[in-house]
Amino acid sequence: MKILKLVLVIFLIFPINALKADNEVLKNKITKNLRCLICQGQSVYDSDSEFANSLKIVVDNKINEGLSEKQIYSYFQSKYGEWILYDPLFNKNTYFLWLLPLLIFFIGGAIIFNKFIKKQK
Amino acid sequence: MKNKLLPFSITFIFVIIFIVFYKGLKDTNIYTPESKINNEIPLLLVDLFDTDKTVNTIEIFQSDKLYLLNIWSSWCVPCRAEHSILIELKNSDRLKIIGMNYKDTKNNAKNFLEELGNPYDKIIFDSKGTYAIEWGAYGVPESFLISNNKVIKKYIGPLNTESFEEIKSFIK
Repeated sequence: MKILKLVLVIFLIFPINALKADNEVLKNKITKNLRCLICQGQSVYDSDSEFANSLKIVVDNKINEGLSEKQIYSYFQSKYGEWILYDPLFNKNTYFLWLLPLLIFFIGGAIIFNKFIKKQK
Repeated sequence: MKNKLLPFSITFIFVIIFIVFYKGLKDTNIYTPESKINNEIPLLLVDLFDTDKTVNTIEIFQSDKLYLLNIWSSWCVPCRAEHSILIELKNSDRLKIIGMNYKDTKNNAKNFLEELGNPYDKIIFDSKGTYAIEWGAYGVPESFLISNNKVIKKYIGPLNTESFEEIKSFIK
């Protein structure tokens, strides 16, 4: 019975902790996908510049305001342009970039199919 | 047929690679921030430097006047260099200069203004640097020319004689 109580207590406490940690995880995820614009080749998460530190506070504020991850990205995109996102969005400027690996995969597959599998038959 | 195709495709691939690299050679790899202009100014509550009041940006920037928002800090060396230009711009009646004190202490900022003069009509106190982010700024110094609640021109880095002339042409 004691063990059962203990398990119940742990079970009740855990989700609350997880909820608090959730914001931190989300903040880290977002800042890792934002480019620090004044320190080239670093994400906002990695950088300790004035710009990056302020940006981290803004991300924190936006999460607390209840904005979703996507809304935060589009917010920063409207302020600084698409360059601030490490993960480029899927639009007419980038569809070639996104589809190229898939295209290469299919062409390569077709070559392999022609060369080896057809021959075996 | 097969013998002809192979050299052709190899040269084709090499030509494409050559073109890509040749173009890449001439591309600059230094990113210059995109100047997003004609954006509406952000509406947010800001702290003022002189009083401990919080005001909305819409109260600071009225639509019928021309404003220059200058982000500065006492620890920023280029800000010292551009300060004389701001002092000179202050003499114009049609332009109001609003300062945004970026990540600074009030004491240091006051000393800075005492030493070099105060060109600002109002000063926004941005202790955490978050207002600057809302404005889409990169750091100090940076200046925004604002007309009708829209950013019409953005100067990243210190103002120089060239930008001074340009601002003057806007005032006329």
